Amino acid sequence: MSSIGLREFHSFEAAGRRFLYLVPSAAVFALDDCSAAIVDALGHGPKPIEDLTRDLASRFDVADVSDTIAELQRVRALGETSAPPAPMPKILPLRPVPLQTLVVNVTNQCNLACTYCYEYGEDKIVDTENGQQPKFMSEETAREAVEFALRESRENPRAHITFFGGETLMNFPVLKATIAYARRRGAEVGKDVDFSLTTNATLLRPDIIEFLATERVGVTISIDGPEELQNKFRVFHNGKGSYDIAAPKIKALLQRHRSRPVGARVTLTRQTLDVSRIYRHLTDELGFWEVGFAPVTTAPGRDYAISGGGFDHLLDQFRGLAADYLDAALNNRHHGFSNVRETLQEIHHGHAKAYPCGAGLGLMGVSTDGRVALCHRFAGSDDHGFGTVRDGVSWEKQQQFLDSHHVSNKTDCQTCWARPICAGGCYHEAHTRYGSTNRPNLHYCEWIRGWTHTCLEIYGELAERNPAFLGQFDDDVPEKVS
Amino acid sequence: MKHLKPINRKAGLVETATARPEGAQDKTAKDVVALQQGGPPQQPEPHIPHGCSLVFSPGWEADRNGGTAGLCQPVERDLFDCHMGCFWPAQVPDQLNHAPDWTAKCAAAQKDWRKIDLIFPDEKKK
Repeated sequence: MSSIGLREFHSFEAAGRRFLYLVPSAAVFALDDCSAAIVDALGHGPKPIEDLTRDLASRFDVADVSDTIAELQRVRALGETSAPPAPMPKILPLRPVPLQTLVVNVTNQCNLACTYCYEYGEDKIVDTENGQQPKFMSEETAREAVEFALRESRENPRAHITFFGGETLMNFPVLKATIAYARRRGAEVGKDVDFSLTTNATLLRPDIIEFLATERVGVTISIDGPEELQNKFRVFHNGKGSYDIAAPKIKALLQRHRSRPVGARVTLTRQTLDVSRIYRHLTDELGFWEVGFAPVTTAPGRDYAISGGGFDHLLDQFRGLAADYLDAALNNRHHGFSNVRETLQEIHHGHAKAYPCGAGLGLMGVSTDGRVALCHRFAGSDDHGFGTVRDGVSWEKQQQFLDSHHVSNKTDCQTCWARPICAGGCYHEAHTRYGSTNRPNLHYCEWIRGWTHTCLEIYGELAERNPAFLGQFDDDVPEKVS
Repeated sequence: MKHLKPINRKAGLVETATARPEGAQDKTAKDVVALQQGGPPQQPEPHIPHGCSLVFSPGWEADRNGGTAGLCQPVERDLFDCHMGCFWPAQVPDQLNHAPDWTAKCAAAQKDWRKIDLIFPDEKKK
């Protein structure tokens, strides 16, 4: 007699209802009483269908029970123990994937000296100070990067260029010329070119703000919060904090730049772990539309590293702010906690990721000398390079990368229900922590599962109580760079 | 589905993709059954397979060496190769008596299968 048992999923409750997040499909289904009873009855192990039906006969109609079993089997929430699930296929793209986002590091210089910076700090990958690379990208290289982006975007009608650094505004003349050039070339080849940049805001001037607003450049500001938090790590080379310089310029930018939402990007460290206070300051006092948080990328043991209990504390704080997000969403109000919005977007689509991000797939980074690498965080590194903007990239190298970094290679991830959404986490983080891009980031697994669970609950809550709100997630959005 | 409600987009896709066809469905859906687990119920009328997949013959998923370099595609190559390395019967010219040079121009089937020409016995006699 064949038995049936539970397959891989994560169960959660929202709005008084049971849901399943199925793995690896990333599909979310709501359960009724009968299906929830079946899932519970199999919680302690597989059972023959006859036994299961008999056990539930007092509560549900026998025909209903067998229909429900068939439905649960159909979506692979249940399966026969005699036929174990097929291993997840490793499917690699057979031809070059269109490039969606090219991150162009227009300079590797910065007027700040943030202690935790991955470009300059203790964990840097490429020595940009004593290395061979030019400090500023030339106009010529930037033009070649534009041509590369247009060419590699292939059949896509749109190319997205993100300027990164260093401090991008230290090379504003080239940035400005590049946007003009890309607009002209985009029109010639019939593609929309879209721009964004990340800056620390200290070099903003009225004419720059005017330019960013009229050219509809998406702006992300790196800022860590109110004065004493910002000044802990985000300091000038002489050690002086940058808040006093940055804050008035940010206000001026937010007042003028209305053509695209301006977001704040906060780096969280052990010493600055106060999510709701930072959020309130950045939205209420400075006026940001959205705020995204990311724990600092660092080797273990650094003074500012978040570790052990720090991640639990961080999760509690994220949950607190996420509750505010849900409250706002149920009342159709905007809330700017972008970490929730981005995770809801992924859950809504149900992307089951084979790779943690688009790096090396639809996203690449260019160093000041025009070398193309995995992403901006590896720009200029020969070990993580695919080619140059001049000569193009090697599809063979890209394929090798995709082959060796597929989630199916990450043994630790194979039993984790959060792998469709995490796929092992940031390559750069893994490289910094474990010395290799193909290692999963085991130091934050609990945090990822905890956070995904919270976002699933919010998603379920919205699906039940305000489903129209989820319509905003229907469109695909380009990947955020940080 | 009556007891499960698809919530996100992927769940909608799963529901559509796993929908069981009722009655006669299009023939392509029927023909790939052997490659899947489960699948739609078989039709009562005789089932004529496409390709070799239903008889577990080499050539379709794997070639006779267990690799994928010499799969039975394109069909022209299939015609040339089946009579040599595979038990699958293929109608080919008699290479012992009438057409010993039939494959002379075809050194590597993957590249040169276009060079295998048709044979017209009457013309050859002239």
